[in-house]
Amino acid sequence: MAILVGSDTSVICQGMTGRAASYHIERAMAYGTKVVGGVRPGKGGTRHLDVPIFDSVREAVSQTGATASIVFVPPANAADAMIEAIEAEVPVVVCVTERVPVLDMVRVKDALEGSKTHLVGPNSQGILTPKACKLGVMATAHERPGSIGIVSRSATLTSEVVAQTTAAGLGQSTTVGIGGDPVHGIGFVECLELFMDDPETKGVILIGEIGGAGEEMAADFLKSSKASKPVVALVAGRHAPPERRMGHAGTLTLFGRADANHKIKALRSAGVQIAPNSSQVAETMRQSLNNLSA
Amino acid sequence: MNLHEYQAKDLLSGFGVPLPAGDVAQSSSAAQNVARRLPGERYVVKAQVQAGGRGRAGGVKIVDSVAEVRQAAEDLLGQTLVTEQTGPEGRSVRAVYVEEAIASERDIYVAVLVDRQSGRVALIGAKQGGEDIEERAAANPSIIHTLLLKPDGVPVKGTFPAFAKKIGLTGPLSAKAVKLFEGLISAFLKNDASLIEINPLAVTASNDLVALDVKMVIDDNALFRHPEMRNFRDRDELDPVELQAQENEINYVRMDGDIGVVVNGAGLALATHDMLSDVGGVPANFMDIRTTATSLDIAAGFDLLLSNPNVAAVLVNVHGGGMQRCDTIAEGIGISMKRNDRTVPLVVRFAGNNADYGHTLLRNYGIAYTEAQDMGDGIERVVALVRPEAA
Repeated sequence: MAILVGSDTSVICQGMTGRAASYHIERAMAYGTKVVGGVRPGKGGTRHLDVPIFDSVREAVSQTGATASIVFVPPANAADAMIEAIEAEVPVVVCVTERVPVLDMVRVKDALEGSKTHLVGPNSQGILTPKACKLGVMATAHERPGSIGIVSRSATLTSEVVAQTTAAGLGQSTTVGIGGDPVHGIGFVECLELFMDDPETKGVILIGEIGGAGEEMAADFLKSSKASKPVVALVAGRHAPPERRMGHAGTLTLFGRADANHKIKALRSAGVQIAPNSSQVAETMRQSLNNLSA
Repeated sequence: MNLHEYQAKDLLSGFGVPLPAGDVAQSSSAAQNVARRLPGERYVVKAQVQAGGRGRAGGVKIVDSVAEVRQAAEDLLGQTLVTEQTGPEGRSVRAVYVEEAIASERDIYVAVLVDRQSGRVALIGAKQGGEDIEERAAANPSIIHTLLLKPDGVPVKGTFPAFAKKIGLTGPLSAKAVKLFEGLISAFLKNDASLIEINPLAVTASNDLVALDVKMVIDDNALFRHPEMRNFRDRDELDPVELQAQENEINYVRMDGDIGVVVNGAGLALATHDMLSDVGGVPANFMDIRTTATSLDIAAGFDLLLSNPNVAAVLVNVHGGGMQRCDTIAEGIGISMKRNDRTVPLVVRFAGNNADYGHTLLRNYGIAYTEAQDMGDGIERVVALVRPEAA
């Protein structure tokens, strides 16, 4: 089962003929991801990495029946590429591109309203359902099919937690990197909803950090929902100097909110177990699952 | 990119936003010349630093003659201004803005920004502006009114006149407020701003609106669309070390501890700082090596650590991903250690993509270091190096 992507997901890549895209798509194919085509305006009719290239997403979808797209288009055109995929009603779209202008994402967000697409990103490492589908650029070595859903704003912390959950014998159902940009596609709440409905997922790990209000929104959602699966959270940035921009475009505080302690308090009040630090995330989840069965 | 007040006012004047007459000056005599051209007999001389809280810090002076403008400019220029947003080191004042003083009957707060929660541009405002707006809004969020906008700047629901009324702009002020909102929003969208803040927006005795102070931030990611802004960045406002790092695809923040930190990814970097601080370690810097950094970029970033005399030991905590691998980072460290005379005790934790190859490269460079088994081990070892008494 898992969420968003699985072994039956057929994938196209927008901007497939670029160097970075070629590198990562080749690896995704080797991983076993069903890549069925690529999109590159002007190169329709050619082939790349042994799959057909189309001029438009609509054409690629109608010819291949693709159910997911990964966008590797440079920042200036990334928003148009995302909107093209949304208009072609591609169910799952991941955008890897970093540094997309925020007002472009405002346009994308508007296009998403009422659409059938789950957008992940931009500035996302993507989605990984172990041994089934890699719709992203993450390294794969430590992931194992299993029962823990991971949703994260940070790529490197996701790798940490994937390795930990595997070592703890838990494995992962799916990992989703929602990206660190201020305006992005699906967030913690949508991923929590999907994980709660997924029978394979027994627990969810949420990896947050300072900035924005995503963790507080997740807490509000968990309070109001009848979600019964254990949720463990790591919130990075308890010791970040206040009011400094820390790398992601998103970590800017507005009106005093968004600091780590505020987020931790909100999540704790929603029944979320807080991992004491990034080394003990899987252990915290293991204990939560044990308490459940005890 | 933060703009100076004078740059922001210059931009907004093209969008029908009412502003006091004024100009920028880099010397006291230039300030005096600006004042001579201005209407009225009262003037405001304002330090041009990119930080809020200037008024409370003495960076804004109201004077009654051209001679006093000269004196005020002389006092401010070259001074280091410390406000609640500059940090204790403050900012040096290299320009002043001289403008006609406007008598305000009441101060309003208006801003345009990107609302992260809805993913929309939002017009926000409050009946009462002033430098304490953040504290008041934090204590009572209901004083802030919000109008969400579609990508073309039209309200999603509600109207500009209704919004104007909520922040106390009614009667003859309503139409003027709507014109101001439309100008601000248009300036925001056309210039790829991420923030325009008018605080305060003055209501005068003659029922006019005047934007007394403006803060404007341009989205760095959109600068490729604005070649006209290429010269707007005031490099003197930035820390030279952090600027050097930025040019090498590294996010770097100077801090005052003794443990140099090398990490890839902002999230892992924040988590590393949390773990270090929990056991009494004090980081000398924040470092997030971007996925796009080459080994030469990383070497330049490591040079910055080695050039900081406070650094007593360095912790490398890298989780190689699909885009930034351990070997690239090892090569960068190797290049830097070879070309610098200084050596520091080094604790290295590599995990993920090409971790073993990273260690092989470091050994081939002939670098002595301690290999950490995992993140917790690395943290313990580096703290033990700088605080043997605590270990």
